[in-house]
Amino acid sequence: MRDVSIIAIGQTKVDEHWGKSLRHLAADAILAALAEANPGRIDALYVGNMISGEVAGQEHLGALIADFVGLRGVEAVKVEAACGSGAAAVRLGYAAVAGGLCDFVIAAGVEKMTDANGGEVTAALALAADGDYETSQGLSFVSINALLMRRYMYEFGVKHEDFAGFAVNAHKNAIGNPNAMFPYPVTAQAFAKARMIADPINLLDSSPIGDGAAAVVLCPTEMARQFTEKPVRVMASAIATDSVALHDRHDPMALQAAYLSVQRAYSLAKITPGDIDLFETHDAFTIMAALELEACGFAQRGQGTRLAQAGEIGIDGRIPVSTMGGLKGRGHPVGATGVYQIVELVQQLRGEAGVNQVKDCRIGMAQNIGGSGATVVTHILERIG
Amino acid sequence: MGNAFMKPLRDVGIVGYGAYVPRYRLPAAEVARVWRGGEDVLPITEKAVPGLDEDTVTISLEAARNALARAEIDPSEIRAVWVGSESHPYAVKPTSTIVAAAIGAVPNTQAGDWEFACKAGTEALQAGIGFVGSGMAHYALVIGADTAQGRPSDALEYTAAAGGAAFIVGPREESLAYFEGSYSFVTDTPDFFRRPNQHYPQHGSRFTGEPAYFKHVLSAGRHLMDELGYTAKDYTAAVFHQPNNKFPERAGKVLGFKPEQMKTGLLVDKIGNTYAGASMLGLTAVLDEAQPGDHILVVSFGSGAGSDAFSLIVTEPIRERQRKARLTTQYIAQRTEIDYATYVRFRRKLHMH
Amino acid sequence: MRIPRHWRLQDQRYRMVGEVCDNCGEKLFPPRDICPECSKPACTPYTFNGRGEVYSYSTIYQAPEGFEEFVPYTVALVKLDEGPMITAQLTDVEAAEVRIGMPVEMVTRRMLEEGEDGLIIYGYKFRPALAATA
Repeated sequence: MRDVSIIAIGQTKVDEHWGKSLRHLAADAILAALAEANPGRIDALYVGNMISGEVAGQEHLGALIADFVGLRGVEAVKVEAACGSGAAAVRLGYAAVAGGLCDFVIAAGVEKMTDANGGEVTAALALAADGDYETSQGLSFVSINALLMRRYMYEFGVKHEDFAGFAVNAHKNAIGNPNAMFPYPVTAQAFAKARMIADPINLLDSSPIGDGAAAVVLCPTEMARQFTEKPVRVMASAIATDSVALHDRHDPMALQAAYLSVQRAYSLAKITPGDIDLFETHDAFTIMAALELEACGFAQRGQGTRLAQAGEIGIDGRIPVSTMGGLKGRGHPVGATGVYQIVELVQQLRGEAGVNQVKDCRIGMAQNIGGSGATVVTHILERIG
Repeated sequence: MGNAFMKPLRDVGIVGYGAYVPRYRLPAAEVARVWRGGEDVLPITEKAVPGLDEDTVTISLEAARNALARAEIDPSEIRAVWVGSESHPYAVKPTSTIVAAAIGAVPNTQAGDWEFACKAGTEALQAGIGFVGSGMAHYALVIGADTAQGRPSDALEYTAAAGGAAFIVGPREESLAYFEGSYSFVTDTPDFFRRPNQHYPQHGSRFTGEPAYFKHVLSAGRHLMDELGYTAKDYTAAVFHQPNNKFPERAGKVLGFKPEQMKTGLLVDKIGNTYAGASMLGLTAVLDEAQPGDHILVVSFGSGAGSDAFSLIVTEPIRERQRKARLTTQYIAQRTEIDYATYVRFRRKLHMH
Repeated sequence: MRIPRHWRLQDQRYRMVGEVCDNCGEKLFPPRDICPECSKPACTPYTFNGRGEVYSYSTIYQAPEGFEEFVPYTVALVKLDEGPMITAQLTDVEAAEVRIGMPVEMVTRRMLEEGEDGLIIYGYKFRPALAATA
C-alpha cells in the first residue's frame, strides 16, 4: 500500500452553463488541473457522474471524456454512486495508486443538469432511491429528505427555523468563492418564508440544480513534490453503504453508512473528530448536514442543529463547515459534487481559500453522500507541503 | 310464455356482500349554482364523487374485500369474478382480472367484464346465480361498480355518481340470504347510450321515463311477484334502480309498496346514481339492517334496456355477518363536501372536451 | 412503458405479500429473499394485514414527473403492525389532519398511469383507519 497525494486540482464555476456540453465541462476542469501540474503520463481516468444517461443522453463517459481531453487509450471508466459518484471516483483513483497499479490518476466529476426541465431532472435524481418501492410511490429526493426532517423535528423537539444556520452559513461562504453558483447572503427570515416544496422542506433548505465539473490529479506521495510545492496527502478514504430505501434503515434517524465510513476513516488516519479543522459536509438538504455532523461525532444524536445555531460552523468556528459554500451555496452538480468537496479542501489546506481561509488548518474532512444515506464516502486530507 | 322466472337446479344465495362509496360529495345545489344561476328543481341532494386515485377497479376491490370479510371464505375457492360497469378503466383489458388478482382468486377462476348500463352488476348476478346453481362453481363473486361521468350542464350531471357493491354467490346452506327466483325483462330500447369515442352519453330526455325505466322496472317486478305468488305487502323491503328520487318512489308506489318498505334501500338522495352499483348498493343497505326471515325484492334497470328482478329471503347467518365489514351507511356518512371546481378537477373534465 | 416490471410487483402492490424468515421469524416487506437481520434465506411468503401507523409524512407541492396532477399529495413512512416500515402515499385525508402515530390501513388505489394510452398501475396507499365495523 502506497501513500497517495493530490498534486493538482481544477474546477469550473457551478452555473447554468447553457453554452457548454457535458464533455466540454469535464474538459475544462481536467485541463485546468493538468495546467496546475502535468505529470506527463496519465495512467487512468475515473469519471464520477450520476445522470448523464437520463439528462444528457450520454453514457460511456470514461472513454468519451478520456478521448476528449487527449487521453485516448488510457484506462477510463464512469463511476456511479448517485450523488456520491464524485467522491467514489476519487476513492477508486486513490485505490489504484495506493495499490500500486497506477502512478498518475485523474479523478473527475461532471454533471450537466440544465439540459432537461425541472420535472425530468427531479425524476432522474430520484433514480438514486428505491425505484420499485420509493420512487413509484411519487417520491423524489426532496420528499425523502422531508420525511427524515419531519421525524427528526418530532423526535428531538427541533423546529424548522433551527436549521436556518446551515443555509445562512453556506451562503455567507459562497460569497467568497468565485466558483459558487449562489454567492448571495441568505437571512434566517428569508429561510423561514421560502416557498414550500415538500413540507417541511422549503426552497432554502435545498441545494440547487446546476452544471459543473471538478478534477484532481493523484500520485504516490513519494513523487508528489516533483510536481507541486504543496501536495496534499490522502490520510484516509473509506466507503460504506446502507439500505437504499429509507424505510429499510434500522434507525432512520442515524446515518449508519456515514458513521461506518467515518469510523473507518478516523481509524485509517489515526485521528479523532477533534483533530478535524474543517468539514465539507453533504448539505444537499439542511437535515443531511445535521445528521452528518451527528454521525461524524461533532454533535450528539438529535443535537446537530445546535452547532448551526451557536455559530460553531463558521470559518472561525470550532468546526467550520461548507467553507466554500457547500452544496447549498457553491452548488450541487450531483455527480461532480464529491470532487468539488475534495478540491475545496485542497484549496483550504494549501492556504488558497482567500477570504474564506480557515486559519492554520492542517487536516480536513469531506463526506459525500449518495441517495438518502445509502452510500457514504469519507476522505480525510492532510497538508504536508 | 312458460315458466318465465328463473331458478337454478340447486338453491343459491348470498354468502357475503360488501359496499363501497367514495367520500367526496358534490351538492346538487353547486351544480345548479354554476349552470342555472341557482334556479332549478334539484333531483337529489348530493352525489358521491371519486377521488383522483379511485376508479371502477378500486371501488370494486374494496366492495369485494368487504364481501370476503363477511363470507369468510378462501378466495382461491372463487370460480368467477365478474364486474359489471359502464366505466371500466380500460376499453380492452378486464377490470375483473385486476380484482381477481388483488383478492387472491387467480389463477383458477373465470373472469370477465359485463356491460348493460346501470344493470351491468345485476347482469353479472344473474349469471352468477346460474353458474353456482348449475354446480359449475361453489362460489362466484359478482360486482356492480361505476364512476359515471355527467356531461357538464346536462341534467344528468346532478346525479351521475360513483360507488359499487359486491356479492359472493354460493350454496343456500352457506348463505345469509337466498334467492327464491329471478327474472329478466329486456327489449331493444335506446333511451341512453354512448358511442366508443365519446366521453359522455346521449339520452332521450323524457323518453327515459315511461318507455324505458318504468316499462322495464314495472314489468320485471310485476312479473316476478306474480310468478312467485306475492304482492307488495308480502315484502319487508324493496329496492329499485334509483337514477333520482322520483323514479323509484313512483315505481314502488305503482307496484303497491309503501315508503317505509323502500326507505332503507333508497340511497340516491345522498350519494347520487351509482349506475351499475345503484340497485346493488340499495340491497347492501337493506341487508345491513335485515333480520332472518325478511323478504326482499330487488329490481334493477339498465338503459338499452332491461331490468333484472330478484326475490330473496334472509336467513339466520345474517346476524353474525352483517357487522363483519363496514356498513353502507358508514360509507355514506363518511363525507367530504367539494365545490364544482374541485369536482371538475377530480373528474378530469378539463382534459376532455 | 415498463410492463414486465410493473407486472412482477403485483403481489406486493395488490396484496402486500412479503416474506417471513424461517430462521428468526422476522417479517419482511418488501420481500428480499435474504433476511437482513440474520442473513439466512427468507423465502416463505407472508401476507401483511395492511395496518400500521404513520412514522413520518410530507406533503408534496412540487411533484416529480408523472405525479403533477395529484399535487398536493402526502407521502408517508408507515410502520406496519408486523414490524417493517414502508413508503406509501396517504389518501382520503387532508394534509393538515395527518399526525405522526396516526393509525392507518391499506387500500388499493391508482398509483400512476403511463400516459393516457398506457398502463394503469394500481397499488397500496394508506388512509386513516376507519372504524372496522359498526
